[in-house]
Amino acid sequence: MKDDPGYYDYWPYSNRPKITWPNGAKLAFWVAPNIEFYELNPPKNPSRAAWPHPYPAVPGYSIRDYGNRVGHMRQTKLLDKYGIRGSISLSTALCTHHPEIIDMCRERDWEFFTHGIYNTRYTYGMTEAQERAMILESMETIERAVGKLPAGYLAPALSHSEVTIDLFAELGGTYTCDLFHDDQPTPVHVRSGRRFVSVPYSLELNDTIVYVVNKIEPRRYGRMIKDSFDRLYAEGSTSGTVMCIPTHNYQVSCPHRLSAFEEALEYITGHPDVWVTTGREIADYYLAHHYDAALADIKSGRKA
Amino acid sequence: MSTQSVTSPHPPVDDGYLDYPAHRYGMDHDRYAWSMLTDRKPVVWPDGKKLAVWVNLSLEHFPLNPAGKPVKLPGGMSMPYPDLRHYTLRDYGNRVGVYRLLEAFDKAGVRPTLAINALLVERYPQLAGLIRERSNDVIAHSWSMDTAHAGGLDEVAEAELIKCSIDTLTTAFGRTPSGWLSPGKLESPNTPDLIKAAGIEYFCDWVNDDMPYAFHTKHGDLTAMPLSTEIEDRSVVVENFQSEQSWAEQVMDACDLLLAEANEQGGRILSIPLHAWVMGQPHRIKHVEAALAYVMSKPGVWNASAGEICAAWRGQQTDDANINA
Repeated sequence: MKDDPGYYDYWPYSNRPKITWPNGAKLAFWVAPNIEFYELNPPKNPSRAAWPHPYPAVPGYSIRDYGNRVGHMRQTKLLDKYGIRGSISLSTALCTHHPEIIDMCRERDWEFFTHGIYNTRYTYGMTEAQERAMILESMETIERAVGKLPAGYLAPALSHSEVTIDLFAELGGTYTCDLFHDDQPTPVHVRSGRRFVSVPYSLELNDTIVYVVNKIEPRRYGRMIKDSFDRLYAEGSTSGTVMCIPTHNYQVSCPHRLSAFEEALEYITGHPDVWVTTGREIADYYLAHHYDAALADIKSGRKA
Repeated sequence: MSTQSVTSPHPPVDDGYLDYPAHRYGMDHDRYAWSMLTDRKPVVWPDGKKLAVWVNLSLEHFPLNPAGKPVKLPGGMSMPYPDLRHYTLRDYGNRVGVYRLLEAFDKAGVRPTLAINALLVERYPQLAGLIRERSNDVIAHSWSMDTAHAGGLDEVAEAELIKCSIDTLTTAFGRTPSGWLSPGKLESPNTPDLIKAAGIEYFCDWVNDDMPYAFHTKHGDLTAMPLSTEIEDRSVVVENFQSEQSWAEQVMDACDLLLAEANEQGGRILSIPLHAWVMGQPHRIKHVEAALAYVMSKPGVWNASAGEICAAWRGQQTDDANINA
């Protein structure tokens, strides 16, 4: 085990080379619905139990199923209303289980990125070959669904190995959602030396972290999103920022929660200098326009 | 490719960990069909109402000396024996809280559905007598909050537990409950089959929908009824430490959203799950009153029992394809 993941260098937030987004936008905004399939009876992983109850774990399984049966349509209608294309973090087995959902996302030209095959299969304990096979299978499933390989990866259930990001880069990916170290994209060291970036995917605004871990009220979540936006939008005048709202259809789409989320989306999309986009478009734009300057600035080891 | 060594602290998984035997269209089990809510035939409630409001009050007994088998249930004893603190605070619900809540329901013109641990009617005949007089719909809620229907429970013992619970409630109230709620919404692999065999028509354990659906058992279909855990008083106030006022706001927001959705997509259900020991407290009751007054003031609301809502839904599932959807 290492004492540092080694994926990035320390890099002061102040005085970085200025990021500009298309059309002079100050902030790149993306919404990342996690569209997940959890198995009722997954094989045991020795490092992490899938469910807190013996089989069948009805409470945990059934609320997640709610996201697909009920929540997905609710969030889709909302994103349509505000002109937002989702960037979906996909348990790729869902292409087989629930193709109706896949069709809806494809019809809207949403971005598909991989979130593994099932959210009940953890990376822990996999050999490098096993992990590579799992990631590749998930990428190829997306390629079959939408005609191109995914650019982004969020490891299933945020379960990682020391080489997760290296493997994904070697398989052709260009960005990771697994690092929470910054409010701007940053270059990521991968062992192949490929051009690869982190695109901010906020855990602090992730609805599951908010509702399940931090136990926050829906209306306060709405205020948190607006407060976060206000600050990042203001800072975006100095250098462009990224704001992501990661969602889960079994959390944000519950009837007592959706209106707070809607208010926040209306607020954000009501501002002029927002680039409403996808994770992949942010990664591509950053790689084409800002990556090299960032790398040079990091290398200089300048003072803050 | 680099041959960098991986120093994993994790025990290895075998290649079977990458096999997916239930990878197929629909669900990874055979209990119900995959179906998105918006793909189903719209439901119409009696008198053209839009939103069925199901106020569910759980009346529970937590023994002082729980066996905790096969698992411990949430809300039970958590201090060294004798845990008077949690025992009496739960018992408060049955001595004081329930009466305060029933009065609030009556004031708001709400007919509640009562989910009752059968042991309670043996322990507290005065309470059982009042419930019998009120003739509110009763849902069988197993024996006590120490009888978890979870994996590891012997099938014969579980069948006996179910029979005993239903028989006790039937004797106390003069009619057989048609609904079932497992404590903690936990189930063994056999629970749905056993409750169906015991005569239960609907159950409230699976929180995967906002509307009823057909749930397959060895003895025919049960109707799965949507009793939300996310908006439950215990989840919001006790487990998530949110204020009583926030709970009331969440109920109101849910009511508004579901009413708006019902106007576009067909009838919806708002369940309001309460526990006598949670919302029966003096500092919380006014928020229950406020939430109920708000909900009941909305045009298009139909306050009904779980059994009535279930029957109205079943009456509209005209073909097998739909009832089994």
